[in-house]
Amino acid sequence: MTDAILKVEHMTMRFGGLVAIDDLSFDARRGEITALIGPNGAGKTTVFNCITGFYKPTAGMLTMTHEDGSTFLLERMDDFRITRHARVARTFQNIRLFGGMTVLENLLVAQHNKLMLASKFTIGAILGIGGYRGHEKEAVELARFWLDKAGLTARADDPAADLPYGDQRKLEIARAMCTGPKLLCLDEPAAGLNPKESDDLNKMLLGIRDEQGISILLIEHDMNVVMGISDHIVVIDYGKKISDGDPAFIRSDPKVIAAYLGVDESEAGELAS
Amino acid sequence: MEYFLQQLINGLTLGSIYGLIAIGYTMVYGIIGMINFAHGDIFMVGAFISLIVFLILMSIGVTFIPLALLIVLVVAMVVTSAYGWTVERLAYRPLRSSFRLAPLITAIGMSIFLENYVQIAQGARVKPLQPVITGGYTIMQGNGFTVQLSNIQIIIMVLTVALMAVFSWIIARTPLGRAQRACEQDRLMAGLLGVNVDRTISLTFVIGAALAAVAGLMFLLYYGVIDFYIGFVAGIKAFTAAVLGGIGSLPGAMLGGLIIGLIETFWSAYFTIEYKDVAAFSMLAIVLIFLPSGLLGKPEVEKV
Repeated sequence: MTDAILKVEHMTMRFGGLVAIDDLSFDARRGEITALIGPNGAGKTTVFNCITGFYKPTAGMLTMTHEDGSTFLLERMDDFRITRHARVARTFQNIRLFGGMTVLENLLVAQHNKLMLASKFTIGAILGIGGYRGHEKEAVELARFWLDKAGLTARADDPAADLPYGDQRKLEIARAMCTGPKLLCLDEPAAGLNPKESDDLNKMLLGIRDEQGISILLIEHDMNVVMGISDHIVVIDYGKKISDGDPAFIRSDPKVIAAYLGVDESEAGELAS
Repeated sequence: MEYFLQQLINGLTLGSIYGLIAIGYTMVYGIIGMINFAHGDIFMVGAFISLIVFLILMSIGVTFIPLALLIVLVVAMVVTSAYGWTVERLAYRPLRSSFRLAPLITAIGMSIFLENYVQIAQGARVKPLQPVITGGYTIMQGNGFTVQLSNIQIIIMVLTVALMAVFSWIIARTPLGRAQRACEQDRLMAGLLGVNVDRTISLTFVIGAALAAVAGLMFLLYYGVIDFYIGFVAGIKAFTAAVLGGIGSLPGAMLGGLIIGLIETFWSAYFTIEYKDVAAFSMLAIVLIFLPSGLLGKPEVEKV
């Protein structure tokens, strides 16, 4: 059993009278792929928005712990600080690439902090001093590494908007990885992918987990992806956690089946057996 | 022919000044989608700071003109940038998540404030500066008309081209430029990738103000008189230039500036000087009818 990289404790998020998340607690464990699943409108994306600082949760605590023991309380940080210091990266359900910039530039923006410091806030870059060129070369190398992983090396200088849909998805993940995260949060990365593309995605995510040792938190509806690669699944419905366990356990949990099929628990028990 | 050539030179000089101011409009519009109506007055502040620094330098006996110019340029850019930064910090940032018209209204308020502030602080009368850069070259002579290219015109055009090159390079190649372009397209996503969006926007205002300061210094040197009201007309012209070139586009702003400068100059030279503004604004209307996104602007295409 590994330790938790992200601990969500008693998180509640209210929008006016609507309770989107109701006292939710779960852990994402280090070096594992944790999937967050649930029917439409269950509050999965709201959880992500709280983790990445887009919303401030009404109550609860979100603790990010790095290997060196340093902890970050995400509910108290601005979005760019969460990326920079807590090192959480995310993608969205819809594609949000910088369409007018090239594929390579998209990956360089993700390394902005490093480069901005190295360029002494642009002055160094203008004058070509302070080892800026070396840093830029490193950044380009990291970008090339992820381009290669995503199979996009040949298209590095094309505008990102010109890529086919599946490649744009992969580029988003590559861009998130270029921020140097410890935890990667993916919101429906397989949405709209064909079976071949979603297999590629599985391989890419397993590679990120096994080769880079990055923990992944995943929202996904595609059960092929969820059951295929997750180490641990958290199921939520109406903002509450209804189940938590490994894929085999989730698959046969009557509560999960009830939530998905919209039947009573007792009937679901019969269905499962 | 000689007369035409002379007007061309004059028009390009004026157009360079407009172009430098227009860059400030276009960059700010690009990044936060707002027209910074106080930008013309930032240009005016830049001209006043240049004048003040010039007078101080002369009174303490710095008479070597290139050195004095360099000091004035640097001080005016730095101080005017501080003004640009402050305006953004006080008047626009608190309203960033407000409805779209709110920053427009504060921009107009800021513009009126800066005008009145300079009027009170410096007086309402025009401020003259004796010619600092004199001399020039005679390019052509004939038909009783002499075509002159003065040194100040050369400096204005060369400096404009150089600044354009430097700033285009910053936008295209440096992390700051990439961050600016990223914020233009998707501010939220840029924030999630670790870009400090507020700081990037501040720096955009600072760059715009620095270029406006250069334009202010050039205006001062070229015309020799300034008052608290020059920012209004120049600002409107530069805004027109930015729209004409395609707002959001850097080369567009420069091109628009040159076109507006040329139209104004030629119209004054061949027709009536009273109607030069009408000519410039008519040109804008005509271009926008046929090219709604301006000469070099990208049309907004929505994929469905």
